[in-house]
Amino acid sequence: MHTPTSDTPRLAIRGIRKVYPSAIANDGINLTVMPGEIHAVLGENGAGKSTLMKVIYGVIRPDAGEILWEGRRETISNPAQARALGIGMVFQHFSLFETLTVVQNVALSIPGRLDLATLSRRIEEVSSRYGLPVDPRRLVHALSVGERQRVEIIRCLLQNPRLLILDEPTSVLTPQAVRKLFETLRQLAAEGVSILYISHKLDEIQELCHRATVLRGGKVTGTCIPSRETPQTMARMMIGVDLPACCHGEPGDGGEVRLHIEGLSHATEDPFGTDLRDIHLQVRSGEIVGIAGVSGNGQQELLRAISGEEPLAGKHAIQMCGVQVGRMNPARRRALGMCFVPEERLGRGAVPRLTLTENILLTAYRKGMLFSGLIRFGVAKRFAEECIRRFDVKCGGANSEAKSLSGGNLQKFIVGREIMQDPKLLVLAQPTWGVDVGASSFIRQSVLDLRNSGTAILVISEELEELFEICDRIVVMAKGTLSPSKVTSETDVEEIGMWMSGLWPGAGAPEGAGHVA
Amino acid sequence: MGLDFISSILFATIVAGTPLIIVALGELVTEKSGVLNLGAEGTMSVGAVAAFAVAHHTGSPALGILAGMGAGMFMSLLFGLSALTLMANQVASGLALSIFGVGLSAFIGKSYESVALASVDPIRIPWLHRIPVLGPSLFAQQGLVYFSWILIAAVAWFLYRSRAGLVLRAVGESPVSAHAIGHGVVRIRYQAVLFGGAMAGIGGAFLSVFYTPMWAEGMVAGRGWIALSLVVFATWRPGRVMIGAYLFGGCMITQMFVQGSGARIAIPAQFLSSIPYVATIVVLVLISRNRGTIRLNSPASLGQPFLPDA
Repeated sequence: MHTPTSDTPRLAIRGIRKVYPSAIANDGINLTVMPGEIHAVLGENGAGKSTLMKVIYGVIRPDAGEILWEGRRETISNPAQARALGIGMVFQHFSLFETLTVVQNVALSIPGRLDLATLSRRIEEVSSRYGLPVDPRRLVHALSVGERQRVEIIRCLLQNPRLLILDEPTSVLTPQAVRKLFETLRQLAAEGVSILYISHKLDEIQELCHRATVLRGGKVTGTCIPSRETPQTMARMMIGVDLPACCHGEPGDGGEVRLHIEGLSHATEDPFGTDLRDIHLQVRSGEIVGIAGVSGNGQQELLRAISGEEPLAGKHAIQMCGVQVGRMNPARRRALGMCFVPEERLGRGAVPRLTLTENILLTAYRKGMLFSGLIRFGVAKRFAEECIRRFDVKCGGANSEAKSLSGGNLQKFIVGREIMQDPKLLVLAQPTWGVDVGASSFIRQSVLDLRNSGTAILVISEELEELFEICDRIVVMAKGTLSPSKVTSETDVEEIGMWMSGLWPGAGAPEGAGHVA
Repeated sequence: MGLDFISSILFATIVAGTPLIIVALGELVTEKSGVLNLGAEGTMSVGAVAAFAVAHHTGSPALGILAGMGAGMFMSLLFGLSALTLMANQVASGLALSIFGVGLSAFIGKSYESVALASVDPIRIPWLHRIPVLGPSLFAQQGLVYFSWILIAAVAWFLYRSRAGLVLRAVGESPVSAHAIGHGVVRIRYQAVLFGGAMAGIGGAFLSVFYTPMWAEGMVAGRGWIALSLVVFATWRPGRVMIGAYLFGGCMITQMFVQGSGARIAIPAQFLSSIPYVATIVVLVLISRNRGTIRLNSPASLGQPFLPDA
């Protein structure tokens, strides 16, 4: 019998190839992960990272190539088999069940008898030990994206995996939570667990990972030791060219008020939601205002109130371009010149089964795509093709289904669709969540260009660096209320980070109910 | 009249509601796995005729029930092959199964027309059946009536307390996610469909062996469709299925008493006959109009075929 020794790779894959009708996702990929190694997989959207991880986890069957697990050749034909081998995975598009509670979701991937009380205690243990706060009894549909990701991570950790695959795990964590997660991952690695770490944050990879494999266009373009590289050299390996720096331009001198929120209070229908309390906010043309905060503090409720998905009782609380819109539905608000990029790409931002052209029609139909109640598909298709070209969306053309695009490419497409409508007011939620570095900087630059042309922009994001990079002013959301605004150049990450716990000057005494990481 | 009358109305209500409960609970489990099987009417019909034939030839009602169950599972297996293995449209497959089943049962049942079975004595629960009014109506019933009560508790326990039930609900909620964490979506859906078929078969057997111990073409008379709508209007919750089924049974029996009493009422008979259908739907819609309840209980993938990524 073959016994693994310390120099037997935990996982070695050779010549993995996967071809889809529209593209070659993986083309002869080789990768080796040693026991206790934290190995980064770097690549742009569409480079084939997610496909490769799904092959290792048994979700997708490769067309060619072999997988060696601890020196033995394995055909991993389904995820249950992968888990039995000791492989755990945190997905980028979450695989949680919305109508079930957190503990039920976790129970689904743990074999054995159903003992929810004991499992809840174990979840609470793991969650406090690794700084991933989440209440096991809550229903998943009421959780924010950040909280859902915590559930995914906890679910994996409970299975004591020997290889842990993490797909963009830190994108929605606070800096403190990222530090705690890194401690956990290092501790796991020290205990001999191998980690495959997919991230677009080059500084994180440098800080955390022992080795990195870089993918471009479905092929391995190189391996490196991140601590001996700089972010610039790694970015060059990944995208093939140097990374453009964002140019910010002069701050606007206060144009007309495009979004005016005055004393907005709103009790949510969702029993697990956060009620909005006395919110005041102004966004002027030619400026970008950012809302920072840990998810679950009322961001979703505020977004629904602004987008019109949850109309308010009175019309006075929200004004757009001088019109009181509190009771208007999203279509009427859009007719006033508001555009909106929601947090969830598939489902709210785009319809998965519709083609890109049809998805264009959903919000941009006012741009000459209707004629006497009939659709002018030619105009819509040209709009889609223009969007694909201008925003460099990697896809099989305007007729491919939205769900066939990778997360970052779909986001570029959705942001592009909204920007090309020349909005007067643009509201963006987590604009670059899970989007790689090249695409992120492109999206940020597009948003900045739009601001310079006079649009009022509101960005809700959990990524502080992003807010500091593009915003003129920053406010913080905590426990359903908004802090006063700060001019970006007059504040820093430390101050905003402290405010994220609800501790800004003049704030009411903190209550226990908020979700603060 | 008086107490005896109330007792007999109650008795008849429970008898009329029992097949609906059994069939609807089977369909509820099927739908919770994300599969919409509209074949209940046909499955019940085939179950009814199979049960009748076996009970007639063997003289054993119990074997009749088993035959009904087996026939129901066979029918649902046909549905599974079409909708789950070959991934045909579930609505079309179910409708075809209903039409096929009703026709097949008429064909098989041709030689059993005008044959009657001996009626089966009820099972009296010791002591309990002596309670005035409630005793004779609740505790001197056919075995399948008690079975339907156990089934309600068992299905509720299975769905909300057992691991297998949790997996089933997860499959119905998001088959792609369930597949991604390693649960066999098609296998679980087959099991749910077979359970639904077995219950529909037993429901049919109850009609032809106990309810009216004879076979007549078309004797299922739309009960399969009522059971289907009960599941939806009860927002996929076992307790509410029971409420709806007895409500339907109660209205049905009451309007039959009114029509049969010879009282001269200026209401057309057709209107009276429609009351059970209308009343059941109105009441269930009213008690389950909360959007949150619907969102939490309806299986999100209902009716969608499962196509794995690879």
